[in-house]
Amino acid sequence: MAQYDVIIIGGGPGGYNAAIRAGQLGLKAACVESGPTLGGTCLNVGCMPSKAMLHASELYEAAGKEFATLGIEVSPKLNLPQMMKQKADSVTALTKGIEFLFKKNKVDWIRGAGKIAGPGKVEVTGDDGKVVTLEAKNIVIATGSVPSGLPGVGVDQKRIVDSTGALSLPEVPKSLIVIGAGIIGLELGSVWRRLGAEVTVVEFLDRITPGMDAETAKTFQRALTKQGMKFKLGAKVTAAKAGKANVKLTVEPVAGGAAETLEADYVLLAIGRKPYTEGLGLESVGITPDKRGFIETDHWKTSAAGVWAIGDVTLGPMLAHKAEEEAVAAIETIAGKAGHVSYGLIPSVVYTAPEVAWVGKTEEELKAEGRAYKAGKFPFAANSRAKINHETEGFVKVLADAATDEILGVHMIGPNVGDMIAEYCVAMEFKAASEDVARTCHPHPTRSEALRQAAMGVEGWTMQA
Amino acid sequence: MADIMTPALGESVTEATVARWAKQAGEAVRKDEILVELETDKVSLEVAAPADGVLAEISAAQGSTVTPGAVLGKITEGAAAAGKPASAATAPAAQTPKPAPAPAKAAPAAAPVLAPSAQRIVAENKLDAGALKGTGKDGRVTKGDALSVLEARAAAPAPAPAPQAPREVHEREERVRMTRLRQTIARRLKEAQNSAAMLTTFNEVDMSGVMAIRAQYKDVFEKRHGVKLGFMSFFVKAVVHALKQVPDVNAEIDGQDLIYKNHYDIGVAVGTEKGLVVPVLREADGLGLAEIEKAIAALGKKARDGQLALEDLQGGTFTISNGGVYGSLMSTPILNAPQSGILGMHKIQDRPVVVDGKIEIRPMMYLALSYDHRVVDGQGAVTFLVHVKDAIEDPQRLLLDI
Repeated sequence: MAQYDVIIIGGGPGGYNAAIRAGQLGLKAACVESGPTLGGTCLNVGCMPSKAMLHASELYEAAGKEFATLGIEVSPKLNLPQMMKQKADSVTALTKGIEFLFKKNKVDWIRGAGKIAGPGKVEVTGDDGKVVTLEAKNIVIATGSVPSGLPGVGVDQKRIVDSTGALSLPEVPKSLIVIGAGIIGLELGSVWRRLGAEVTVVEFLDRITPGMDAETAKTFQRALTKQGMKFKLGAKVTAAKAGKANVKLTVEPVAGGAAETLEADYVLLAIGRKPYTEGLGLESVGITPDKRGFIETDHWKTSAAGVWAIGDVTLGPMLAHKAEEEAVAAIETIAGKAGHVSYGLIPSVVYTAPEVAWVGKTEEELKAEGRAYKAGKFPFAANSRAKINHETEGFVKVLADAATDEILGVHMIGPNVGDMIAEYCVAMEFKAASEDVARTCHPHPTRSEALRQAAMGVEGWTMQA
Repeated sequence: MADIMTPALGESVTEATVARWAKQAGEAVRKDEILVELETDKVSLEVAAPADGVLAEISAAQGSTVTPGAVLGKITEGAAAAGKPASAATAPAAQTPKPAPAPAKAAPAAAPVLAPSAQRIVAENKLDAGALKGTGKDGRVTKGDALSVLEARAAAPAPAPAPQAPREVHEREERVRMTRLRQTIARRLKEAQNSAAMLTTFNEVDMSGVMAIRAQYKDVFEKRHGVKLGFMSFFVKAVVHALKQVPDVNAEIDGQDLIYKNHYDIGVAVGTEKGLVVPVLREADGLGLAEIEKAIAALGKKARDGQLALEDLQGGTFTISNGGVYGSLMSTPILNAPQSGILGMHKIQDRPVVVDGKIEIRPMMYLALSYDHRVVDGQGAVTFLVHVKDAIEDPQRLLLDI
């Protein structure tokens, strides 16, 4: 019976980063993954393939609609199988990369479905049905999450798909209804809209992207609407009937009123994700997930000794980088080091065009807290590089404490903001004041200058707008 | 290596300025030799070498501020000076047996890391960066940390006026740093003016009576007591007598209360090279004229020699200032807080006065009493001054206690 220091169940961003960090710190580590490849949802059917499709579809749309204004005359022709193939190739390269990193750090990849079988024991059922039992001083649960279902809407991955299915539609739908105006729905909706689908987003709430700063969300919705996406907010989907070539959706206004029927070639159900904790043998160590399936933790420790949990199975935003952060912290804690996660500083990004990115508190949260704050805002329309690139939509907004000037939240919509938010993540990790960013030299001409100008705006000395 | 330490500076004195180093680094020193002179708010004091050896390092340069226990410098014990004693002009460091490490090398470990905004706040407000406490990552000083120090400073009881850029020194001008003594005088005078309801009442005194006694007994007195009979002793006597008649003038304000003092410790302002100091004549009510003259002479000498101890300066209940020695005919002295009265003596000048219906030439002196009107009312102040005048004009009244 193999004996490990750490066995990690799940090979997604939480699991594989935990395994790599454990290997780095000299712990004997194994990672149990039931899928055919490492990388979990993120690499296989999540962040990575969706970004491949977003990138390709953005260029396709630009070639057709924007190149001419730059003096490039082309008539783009879509080759969907090739687009899918380049996506799959990238994903394969990435998952192989994780395999390489496992070897490099001497981590064992155990193929099969992992299940806790009492303290310090993990049972792995391989594809061939054989069961192996492993022993470990520490077990880390990193099994992630799966798309949430909706009563009345049966996902068949043919006409009614979830995010996984939406990444591999066999054709460009003439019409697509997205249920849920969250990040996943809007990203995948954008992909298919760019490729030619008429996209309607149906959302239960009266706003899109809950959790996003309201002003930013409003600007975002306007941008998507301008691109041709349709929104049906405050609407509840009660039934979906898939036919051979279409789906009929029954939609009721949340506020009350007559139901209507919407029709589309395909329906994407993207109302969120739920933790994946079923069949994990949690009861064997006395862990009971909460009503929604989350495992409660205190500094990544569960209620059972020697059992840890990280990533989407725990509370907090379901984001790969949050899982990665917890993976490092949990393993370092296991190794006797000072693991730490700054939960208030986990950034969020929507990879649409324009992109949306934010970190820290929204204006609504600050108001609810009663915290006095100052805001500085700078539009990309006044940024020279954005102007040159014809990407003037959006703004940067910096919120800082009224007394200490410490940056409390940053909200950006515009070109490349998903990458640029990292600057503010670093600044905020160091408890920077807006003035610290305002007094930091930024390269010209870049879109990053907008970040500085917005910081200047907090104390009223924005110079370029 | 022996440390040269800053000694205890006396009650309520927390810091001193290094006024002058008598030796350069590298010079040989002998135990108990005076090495460095310190100035406090009230006195200057000398620090001697704790051991024989070579002055290896001067840690507190001239002009720097030190607190009791702070290291002023170091002596390499028993070492002989390398070569000739350093002449002041040659680079003394070159001759130091063990050169002091460059401060730039030693400093960074302790110096806090400042955010760019904190750097600006420190520079603009002349804060001591070393004293800032950082709450940022790894103790870095955030803008909030710097602002809180600023705020604390602004909330301090006596807010310092916004620092002004030093004005340019023009041709035929010279910038000289105020000594600690001068700074203290300046501060205390202004404090007195700011807190007391100060005003001055005047009178004049015919000095012929006292002058006659003095002329008659000058030689006998000096022979007997070894000290000259001056006017000051008469004034001290007269003042103590008047204070007993008008106790308000010997009282002080403490919060909501008045403290009446039944002891008579008279400060006598003495001019010195560095400025005015006011040593205190203790228990003046129990002293005879000769004892007063002797005590004043001793204090005056100490003051001029810079040897006054703190105890010599503290605890006066009333002050006499004599501007007359410089020729002043009339002045309005400023109170020595928290005292409530100060008598100004002036130049004796022959003036025509009317005595018994006839004009006579008399040696006259104007007297001024500045008092704190919060404690002393007008009648008391005038009465006090009239008592002084009467006692000087007719010293027999002192004898009879009337």
